Amino acid sequence: MLQGLFLILVSTVLVNNFVLSRFLGICPFIGVSERIETALSMGWATTLVMTVSAVVTWGLEQYVLIPFDLGFLQYVVYILVIATMVQTIETILAKTSPALHRTLGIFLPLITTNCAVLGLAILVAQKGYNVLEAAVFATGGGLGFTLALVLLAGIRERLEWADIPEAFKGKPIVLITAGLLSMAFLGFTGLVAQ
Amino acid sequence: MNGKLEVRAAPHLLDPDSTAKIMYSVLLALIPSALAGVILFGVHALWLMLVSVAAACFTEAGCQLLLRQPVTITDGSAAITGLLLAFNLPPSFPLRYAAFGAFMAIVLGKQLFGGLGENPFNPALIGRVVLAAAFPQEMTTWQALGGVMADAATTATPLGLIKLGQVPALSELLLGNVLGCIGETSVVAILIGGIYLLWRKIIDWRIPVGMLGSVAVLSVLLGADPLVQLSTGGLMLGAFFMATDPVTSPVTKPGRWIFAIGAGAVVVLIRFFGGLPEGVSYSILLMNAVKPILNKATKPRIFGEVRGRA
Repeated sequence: MLQGLFLILVSTVLVNNFVLSRFLGICPFIGVSERIETALSMGWATTLVMTVSAVVTWGLEQYVLIPFDLGFLQYVVYILVIATMVQTIETILAKTSPALHRTLGIFLPLITTNCAVLGLAILVAQKGYNVLEAAVFATGGGLGFTLALVLLAGIRERLEWADIPEAFKGKPIVLITAGLLSMAFLGFTGLVAQ
Repeated sequence: MNGKLEVRAAPHLLDPDSTAKIMYSVLLALIPSALAGVILFGVHALWLMLVSVAAACFTEAGCQLLLRQPVTITDGSAAITGLLLAFNLPPSFPLRYAAFGAFMAIVLGKQLFGGLGENPFNPALIGRVVLAAAFPQEMTTWQALGGVMADAATTATPLGLIKLGQVPALSELLLGNVLGCIGETSVVAILIGGIYLLWRKIIDWRIPVGMLGSVAVLSVLLGADPLVQLSTGGLMLGAFFMATDPVTSPVTKPGRWIFAIGAGAVVVLIRFFGGLPEGVSYSILLMNAVKPILNKATKPRIFGEVRGRA
């Protein structure tokens, strides 16, 4: 049981990294990876939203969508839940921890449109996880997202001073770097047989 | 200016080492492994090295001409990339694919990022993983087309044999009388070059010691023979010649320790738990990606600086 959960965690962080292997959540991956500090904040916020929304959508799937045969509403319901979760977390943070709220700033509402969050909720439903597995899967997905974001941010901070050919300055070189990073993660292929 | 007092602007270079001189020392250190490769795997290995080096130099010159930059192929860095890429190829690898790999190594791994000194990843390893992703069949076919290994009874590498439960003799591993990539099998040849570079202080001892040490310690903990683990696969070649690349490894001493130990840990993770038999190239690339963060996290504090007031 515990070993199974650990394997899910390793699998989502390294082997099936949401960004570098499933290619989900590329917009924040490119958009919020200019500084290591902001990348970390974005990563934590996303991990929090992913975990909470995965558990809530799991509950809705098991106790509402499946019993009432409303599977066709899955996407709509999930998006609604994610948006609500983001808004709720933002309100709670603003009241209880203004400092953290200020650090996360605009990134918190932006998570609503992160396709990795929706993709994760749908994958949880497809894989038929129980609630604990869903929570670990979501946390792993968030940590993997954070890892990819921070690694790319580290390289990008360094690239600011690099003498990159004119045509590749800005986003093109970031996409190439992301591709190379994704190739490096190929080494984890087969690490966890799933 | 023939007086005793010579006025010059800083930096005052006292060290005769230049980029080109360091690069040629590294090339010199790679010669034993190149010779071992040709003796073990025949003339095709020599062709692979020549094609790969030529393609790397040609691509570098082409990129620099297109970008209207001074052509710097005489500094030897492109040649090292080409030679290291060839060292990481199986002995029967097709020559045209090797040329393609060298092209990708220079373009994707180096020139797009602004050339020597700016690349985040080791270019030779980028070439290798591109080839591994593009030609998985050819990159895992182990067959010597000539040389000492031509009559080898097996077509598996030592790490492949270990996964099947057969452990090759240590003496064979040290000499390199086993199948594998051209430049990685002969531990003795790599050590000759590696010790020369350590003696010249071109590479930092912390990186090979940390990387080999962590692999040895972790394999003991996992119940494997550490000497066999150290002398198989691309570990020696990687620890001495690829992880030590001055551009893609951290500059601080603590950063180098973390870099090296982390690389060794990823090698063990992939070898013992992964789907691939060998993970040295991936482990070094992954630590290359962590390098900027290590540099930043282990930056020495400026004397008198007060923490928290950036």
